[in-house]
Amino acid sequence: MNAIHYGQLLQLAWPEIILTIAALIALAADLLFLRRSPSHVRFLVAASIASIGCIAAIFKLLPGSSEGALLGGVLLSNPATHLVQIALLVIAILTLFLSVDSAFTDHVGEFVLLILLATTGMMFLVASQDLLVIFISLELLSLSVYILAGFDKRSPRSSEAALKYFLFGGMSAAFMLFGFSLLYGFSNSTNLVQIANAIHGVPLNPLVILAIVTTVIGFGFKIAAAPFHFWAPDVYQGAPTPSAAFIASGSKVASFFIFFQVLVIGFAGAEGSATLHHFQSGWVPVIVAVAVVSMLLGNLVAITQTSLRRLLAYSAVAHAGYMLLAFVAHSEQSLAALLYYVATYALATLGIFGILAVTEKHLGNDKISGLAGLSRRAPFLSACLFIFVLSLAGIPPLSGFFAKFLLFSAVLAVSSGSKLLIGLIIFAIGMSAVSLYYYLRVLKSAFVADPPVDAAKVPAPVLMQLVIGLLAAGVVALGCAPDLILNQILNVIHASGL
Amino acid sequence: MLAWTIYISFLGALVLLLLPSRSAALVRVLALTTTLVTFAITLTAFLQHRSGEMFTVVDYPWISSMGIHFSLKADGISLTLLLLTGVIGVCGVLFSWDVDHRIKEFFAFYLVLIGAVYGVFLSFDLFLLFVFYEIVVIPKYFLIAIWGSTRREYAAMKLVLYSFIGSAMVLVGLIAAYVVAGSHSMSLGDLAGYPYPPHFQMWAFPLVFVGFGILAGLWPFHTWAPTGHVAAPTAASMLLAGVVMKLGAYGCLRVAMTLFPLGLAPWGFHVLGVGSWRDVFAVLAVIGILYGALVALVQKDFKFVIGYSSISHMGFILLGLMTLNQIGLSGAVVQMVSHGILAGLLFAVVGRMVYARTHTRDLPALGPMHLSKLLPFAAFTFVVAGMASMGLPGFSGFAAELMILIGVWHSYPTLILFVGIGLIAGVAYIWRAMQQAFFAGTSAPALEPEHPLPPITFPEKLGAGILICSSVIVGTFPQVFLSVIHPALNSPLFQGLRKGGW
Repeated sequence: MNAIHYGQLLQLAWPEIILTIAALIALAADLLFLRRSPSHVRFLVAASIASIGCIAAIFKLLPGSSEGALLGGVLLSNPATHLVQIALLVIAILTLFLSVDSAFTDHVGEFVLLILLATTGMMFLVASQDLLVIFISLELLSLSVYILAGFDKRSPRSSEAALKYFLFGGMSAAFMLFGFSLLYGFSNSTNLVQIANAIHGVPLNPLVILAIVTTVIGFGFKIAAAPFHFWAPDVYQGAPTPSAAFIASGSKVASFFIFFQVLVIGFAGAEGSATLHHFQSGWVPVIVAVAVVSMLLGNLVAITQTSLRRLLAYSAVAHAGYMLLAFVAHSEQSLAALLYYVATYALATLGIFGILAVTEKHLGNDKISGLAGLSRRAPFLSACLFIFVLSLAGIPPLSGFFAKFLLFSAVLAVSSGSKLLIGLIIFAIGMSAVSLYYYLRVLKSAFVADPPVDAAKVPAPVLMQLVIGLLAAGVVALGCAPDLILNQILNVIHASGL
Repeated sequence: MLAWTIYISFLGALVLLLLPSRSAALVRVLALTTTLVTFAITLTAFLQHRSGEMFTVVDYPWISSMGIHFSLKADGISLTLLLLTGVIGVCGVLFSWDVDHRIKEFFAFYLVLIGAVYGVFLSFDLFLLFVFYEIVVIPKYFLIAIWGSTRREYAAMKLVLYSFIGSAMVLVGLIAAYVVAGSHSMSLGDLAGYPYPPHFQMWAFPLVFVGFGILAGLWPFHTWAPTGHVAAPTAASMLLAGVVMKLGAYGCLRVAMTLFPLGLAPWGFHVLGVGSWRDVFAVLAVIGILYGALVALVQKDFKFVIGYSSISHMGFILLGLMTLNQIGLSGAVVQMVSHGILAGLLFAVVGRMVYARTHTRDLPALGPMHLSKLLPFAAFTFVVAGMASMGLPGFSGFAAELMILIGVWHSYPTLILFVGIGLIAGVAYIWRAMQQAFFAGTSAPALEPEHPLPPITFPEKLGAGILICSSVIVGTFPQVFLSVIHPALNSPLFQGLRKGGW
């Protein structure tokens, strides 16, 4: 065991340290000076301080910053982790500004603190290849978002959501930890690369299979893949809008990235094969099963939803299913496709939650039918809604379409005639045709249905409109010119040797 | 230059949406100007490129890591269809002159639809083609669901889901073609030149062909079409039947058949006398011709008659494609133009001239109104359009169907009999609709309509005039079009097809 270089640790962890300091400053400023100010001033100040922290951290992560690996992977710093961390920070900033006009809490400082702590957790999460650190950062993330989900103390639904989230989360964390302990017992190491060296070989040891299954359960919970998705509809519906937006976007990005790493690096050599003729146990068959169930259940159940937030939750399950296909392919291309997909998905989801934050304030609920006539009551918002929803549905030229295209072609590229993969792609594309039905129902309500007789215009705060507009512009721009970030993603993945 | 047809249409839509003025007249004039300008561009391009060979409009690298280009090219076939889009685009605006409910959004969706159609006809990169092909779907939904009639939300959703399932099949085929070729290019020229293994073509061809065929009204996947046409507002019906269904046929010819020509080759065994995908689709096309015509014969709703007649006429196009000889294929392209014009005209008469005034499309109810006396211009237009649709010499339908029939005579002599029955049924349903809607009940005293019918307006007369003239031009000088279609069919793009049994 080589000795730890604290100097190096400090250098690699600068962005996280900056973020934590910013979180503390925001909390202190709020508690010490702003107690009596109106809530949106407090939000604005705290969010600004937090954003300055995030931006400082982003500057630390820009290309050319220090790279390295501590203790063979306990803390990594390479172009790929930097890129994902920048994405997480951008999402955090956007979430903070989406929450500025909300009035669900008096504890503004604590709210901002928790968002930043969760972000810190995610940043450590994506920058590690060590089971222990992965687990600890995952817990930092999870504990923060449990509280965020229940942050609206006045709403029983919010508390219910938090409790459900916590119970399911605790259970899945226990599964994951159990799996990790098996892996440690098996390989005598917590490092992913060394674990992979210890477990490869055919046939797989039953303990490894058990570890695979429990790991998939643990991460499957985080990414809301069926059948581990039961928390999602309640949390999406009950949690305060900014928390739900954050859970639906940032935590997905981080979890997908690290899930991919754990499976592809930690279980390298244990892929197995899911084709009928030469079935081999391994994680690919497990992922295939989870992906198929997610796509099927997510899309079919979403059809019957009447609440927009629940619909988003089930559509998130479906999207998790599509994204899991990238795991099945586990190539450089497919990781790039996964990152592109999850990033653009996060943008569109954030945008819809932003719109929900505005409309719920005036309509009082998140019913799809409540959006009736939105196109005339809030033309700008509904234009943005149009973009976000169609991007989720995968209509070109929006980014959601290109993400699907990239993902499916990356998967087919490794198929080499495998009937299973081709079948999976056909199934996924067929399912996305199904999804168009419920996405169009949302747009039908907003654009086709007539507004209620006494309907007034829905006013939207300027800052909200600005953030939502930015998100919409991002979704369109990334769809029309995917090269903006795609080359970047491919380069960093290549440079990081993933 | 041609690329501006796309840009101008999209820009026009954006300008309309952002227009602060509430003046309906201004919106209409803007929409008309936009479509007129795009029409002028297509006409100029058509007159300039008389050789019919492929030329590049624009070609920029777009997504470098995937080898995708923003590549627009045109040849005789696309020029012909672009011209059709231009004509229908202008006439659609003329026949929507009375729309005043959410008029800005109406024309904005309309222009997006037109722009995307231009895009499909111009794209040479398959990714780009697919992007435009999908963009077409969304405005269709809103045009029907917001401004439609009979069961509009149902019809709109059905149409969109059918289209989307079709494009999902196309997408699978395209990604597979891209991956199998491994050439890091989505250009149609590159992919069509790649020798795909025959067993791959055997499943990819029907997948992509049916995917496009759904939009072209291929029986038995045609059921979105009649309900969609009937529910749509007049301009949308004209576009749907006039150009959007042609997108499907164009995709079949331009993408499915050029990419996977061996998919048309014999299987090597026979099932019920059918020995290849080519036979299968030829039989389906003939069933479409007969089925569409016979169902049209018994409809009570005037618009359904025209809706089913579209299925029948689209059957001719698909059958023409399956003949795989030059005369049949050129006939299919001319039939695309002919049906585009005539379906536009028929829907304009039924939807705008009759239904917007009488508020009923029920044939027995229309009869007693003596429409031939009240709306003589509508009756005249319908008679002319009906004659053309039946295939009377001098009109476009005659030239096109004759060529297809000759092609079929060479390739599938046994099917001629059924096609002939379809032709006769085509005469019968037009005759019946004409008689019942306009010339029924001459002996009984005229039933006064509940309110006076407004006279036919100038924009309607102008639109009808343009369409009738176009049909006559295509019918009397088909050579104008054939002279550009033939070189296109003989270009390297269709080489694989020519080798495979032409």
